[in-house]
Amino acid sequence: MNEILQYLTVFILSVFIGIEVISKVPSILHTPLMSGSNAIHGVIIVGAMLVLGHATSNVEIVLGTLAVFLATLNVVGGFVVTDRMLEMFRGKPAEKRETKQDTE
Amino acid sequence: MSRGTFLDLCYLVASITFILALKGLSSPKRARQGNLLAAVGMAIAIAATFAQPHLHHLSLMIVAMIVGAAVAVPTSRFVKMTAIPQLVAIFNGVGGGAAALVSIVEYLALTSVTVLYLRTSSGVTIHVAIGGVKSVAVYKILEVVLGVVIGTVSFSGSAIAFAKLQELMTGRPVTYPGQQIMNAILGVAIVAVAILLLVTGSLVWLWILLVLAFVLGIAFVLPIGGADVPVLISLLNSFTGLAVAASGFTIGSNLLIVAGTLVGASGILLTRMMSSAMGRSLPNILFSAFGSNVTASGAVERDDGRSVRSGTAEDIGVLLAYARKVVIIPGYGLAVAQAQHVVRELADELQERGVEVFFAIHPVAGRMPGHMNVLLAEANVPYDELKEMDEANPEMATADVALVVGANDTVNPAAHDTPGSPIYGMPIINADQATNIVFLKRSMRPGFAGIENELLYNPKTVLLFGDAKDTLQKLVAAVAVA
Repeated sequence: MNEILQYLTVFILSVFIGIEVISKVPSILHTPLMSGSNAIHGVIIVGAMLVLGHATSNVEIVLGTLAVFLATLNVVGGFVVTDRMLEMFRGKPAEKRETKQDTE
Repeated sequence: MSRGTFLDLCYLVASITFILALKGLSSPKRARQGNLLAAVGMAIAIAATFAQPHLHHLSLMIVAMIVGAAVAVPTSRFVKMTAIPQLVAIFNGVGGGAAALVSIVEYLALTSVTVLYLRTSSGVTIHVAIGGVKSVAVYKILEVVLGVVIGTVSFSGSAIAFAKLQELMTGRPVTYPGQQIMNAILGVAIVAVAILLLVTGSLVWLWILLVLAFVLGIAFVLPIGGADVPVLISLLNSFTGLAVAASGFTIGSNLLIVAGTLVGASGILLTRMMSSAMGRSLPNILFSAFGSNVTASGAVERDDGRSVRSGTAEDIGVLLAYARKVVIIPGYGLAVAQAQHVVRELADELQERGVEVFFAIHPVAGRMPGHMNVLLAEANVPYDELKEMDEANPEMATADVALVVGANDTVNPAAHDTPGSPIYGMPIINADQATNIVFLKRSMRPGFAGIENELLYNPKTVLLFGDAKDTLQKLVAAVAVA
């Protein structure tokens, strides 16, 4: 029962951090932020690797492999799409007008 | 330092990068660094996991990852910018699916120990089996239930969101008689099955729960209108985060709990920010579909039989060329037609003639907030020519021409003056205040919200029908000779 309390502590603190950390976001960044956090929950890949790594029955192996595959899509796709969005945001206009650090 | 401690430290570092990444992503200056930082953290976490002791099926794991990457990289690299919202929906959905699977597999592993024990003890009865299964603590089963239900809802919900955005199905809210009752029954059934699972620990209930959660995800998303889907994706994104956190509880991983909860909590906040940018409350977006059909069809009927004024590219070219100030209001039609480069040509052409031009960007123009900024940035439109709604609106009254390119709902005055309208209360760009209004539209079809736009019938309004790219090219040519 002790470990569940430890996990709950981590959970509660993370809720507060999650709310604090993005207090004010300009609307043009709503989509990249969503996409970026989408990539971050791809961390489920770690869980998928662990359950597959410890799988014993065939069902576990099949479902575990599927989980690793889906999680990889989430991680890789998430980061690449976000980067692609942000690249268009910042990259080109930045080289065109260098000191323009803007929107805020 | 033991290997275990070192690996835990790696996970801690990864958690920190995720926090910093979210912080970075919410400011324009550091957004890209933030994303890269999170990617580095993710790489550390994956590497640390490979280094875990007693890990089997490594080759299978690596194959699954290679195949996953081989699918994800080209898809996310080469899909058109217009399809990015769908991609986010899909990548979110598979994450939710993965979280549900992790919870299921972990539960199978937990219970298979019990099965083994049952096999060794001879002459077991069902009664003993129940006693044996109880060895999985109730709170453990609860974590599994949460992971499976939330993850699966996110999975099937994202699939429907994808279908709506990809126009594989109607973007209109899907409603049918007795929908609310059906959904209520579904909700009650899920709670009942979850309780049965908690009490008995029997796998059968887990599979039934999986199916019910899958159906719930679909039922939850069907009545939500296409224009609200971006907000919905943000909400489902937050759900997936929570499902990941639940899986983290189940397998005992602080990293998963931290990262999942961060996304879950910030995602809820982001969802609220998005819906308030549309002037709507979240419950309103999620549950308002049940009346809106009536209002929408009523509006269509009322407008029947009235005429609109359509013009030629030449007329409009002259109008633009001799204006002092032109405000371009882009929308999803611009994105669909891939017309961002042509619209920039038109802006350049006008500016060379001394016309003041800027773009007025509605926060939810396109299918996602920021959609238009991304597209126009791709076409190298300078930042100072992109004005957000609040900045643009005070200037609308002094504009000679409001050029609406493939936008509709975001300039619909019904948001101001028709209390029954589904978009009533949404802030809009006040195109109606400009001296002249030009609409480039594919057809008279209403916008994504499925409601009629009064502005089309305004005497100040001229329409030019066609694909945005074609009509813009004609306008560029017309301005050049004007």
